[in-house]
Amino acid sequence: MQEVKASMAGNVWKIVVAVGEQVEEGQDIVILESMKMEIPIAAEASGVVKELKVAEGDFVNDEDVLAVIE
Amino acid sequence: MSYLEELQERMRKIEKGGKDKYHKSNEEKGKLFVRKRLEILFDSGMNIEDAFFANCLDDDLPSDGVVTGIGKVNNQDVCVMANDSTVKAGSWGKRTVEKILRIQETAMKLELPMIYLVDSAGARITDQIEMFPGRRGAGRIFHNQIKLSGRVPQVCLLFGPSAAGGAYIPAFCDIVIMVDGNASMYLGSPRMAEKVIGEKVSLEEMGGAVMHCSVSGVGDVLVKTEEEAIHYAQNYLSYFPANFRSKPNNVEAKPVPAFEKSITDIVPENQNAPFNMYDLIDRIIDEGSFCEIKKKFAAELITGLARIEGSSVGIIANQPRVKGGVLFTDSADKAAKFIQLCDAFNIPLLFLTDVPGFMIGTKVERQGIIRHGAKMLSAMSEVTVPKISVIVRKAYGAGLYAMSGPAFDPDCCLAFPNAQIAVMGPEAAVNAVEANKIAQLPEEDRAAFIKQKQDEYKENIDVYRLASEMVIDAVIDPNTLRQELVNRFSVYAAKNVTFTERKHGVYPV
Repeated sequence: MQEVKASMAGNVWKIVVAVGEQVEEGQDIVILESMKMEIPIAAEASGVVKELKVAEGDFVNDEDVLAVIE
Repeated sequence: MSYLEELQERMRKIEKGGKDKYHKSNEEKGKLFVRKRLEILFDSGMNIEDAFFANCLDDDLPSDGVVTGIGKVNNQDVCVMANDSTVKAGSWGKRTVEKILRIQETAMKLELPMIYLVDSAGARITDQIEMFPGRRGAGRIFHNQIKLSGRVPQVCLLFGPSAAGGAYIPAFCDIVIMVDGNASMYLGSPRMAEKVIGEKVSLEEMGGAVMHCSVSGVGDVLVKTEEEAIHYAQNYLSYFPANFRSKPNNVEAKPVPAFEKSITDIVPENQNAPFNMYDLIDRIIDEGSFCEIKKKFAAELITGLARIEGSSVGIIANQPRVKGGVLFTDSADKAAKFIQLCDAFNIPLLFLTDVPGFMIGTKVERQGIIRHGAKMLSAMSEVTVPKISVIVRKAYGAGLYAMSGPAFDPDCCLAFPNAQIAVMGPEAAVNAVEANKIAQLPEEDRAAFIKQKQDEYKENIDVYRLASEMVIDAVIDPNTLRQELVNRFSVYAAKNVTFTERKHGVYPV
């Protein structure tokens, strides 16, 4: 199991995967918006998206869990 | 036995290091014998070895657990100290420390690079009065390192533990290369932490190579094997002169390989969209010449040595792909040390700027982002090597300053045609300045008003306006950047200036 965490504080701009989807290492899971920049957050290992912990528009802090991959 | 036979017999014994069982346990961990490490490091063996017979009246302490001497790396003499972990776990006795001090003093006298191959359990407690507190005690090693710093390159290859006080050897080196799984640094071991503060933690979590190279930033380069560590060090040294009085050697130039996409293809016009800065770096440097430092630490800022037309250059580049390229406390620290490193050894600097600014928010304010940022500005400002600043896309707020903006005496500030230099980006600026007006407008009119204001703002900070005001020295075709850098660096190489007169600054550390 792998937790995909926010690398910095910001808003969840887009969620680009769905629960149950197969993802590869390095593939973007969520795109945050922070400091007016798009901040892609990628999976660190391949697997299946088990859970999405946030919704688009949510504020997240550095280190908050965005998704769980199995 | 003749006296010659006695000499040979004694030498044979000492050369073998510690007991077989320690050689065996090292081998199981993927650790090479100290003399094998040195054989790989040097072009053709160690030419001079000193105090080989240190502590030779004690059969259990061959060379007192450390090898010191001089040999050639890239055809350049370098001084070396290398712990032998088969001898009392590489621990330091009185003569171990004296040997290290002497080779450092040799490096100082001859102004040669100093390489530390560290694999040591730390002080021999039984010998502490002789090796710890005195004038020629272990503290002197660090004193010497601090004196050597900036005079000659100091490189640490960490093959095993570097415990307690010993952890300061890496700390005072220019660069620390750590072998994953074996290298560690900590002031107090996990066992001590459990006893003294009640914390239960593994060695890897406490001071492992991955942790130090990605979280603490005490380590610079993470490698898998000892051979890889040594090869990294050899390559790293090839970018440096022997000391601060000389310039780096030029090597044969290598062209940029052919890429399908040009620089203008890879840099998005939309300022807010990420791209991979490594792709731009690859398109301006000699093929395969990038020697990255702190790759895994504060990855929103890239620092590394490279060559352009065969000449060494230090690159500091924002990475929009990671954290939007925003500057944080760690990125500022990383930049400050790298800038000092290059300036100390006459390596010209290239700043590739695409920065939304320094991070804001309570978290970073509590971490002291202002003083960390000040550290980066201070280091960047003081350099006297040739310094070129390239505005790739945006340069907002103090980000412009930290990346060697025009006020900080770069030899030139170049801009790509899509560059935006401003206190803040159009979105943030319109929100800040027009907040009241936007709130008063009916909902349906807001988007159009914001768009209009943003367009006006963009026009106001247009790159040609900045060129007209001579804020930037040239607007260039991005696809000609390499040639532009070649032309300019070759001329700026003649630069010979002093930053200012004083003992030293009062640094915002």
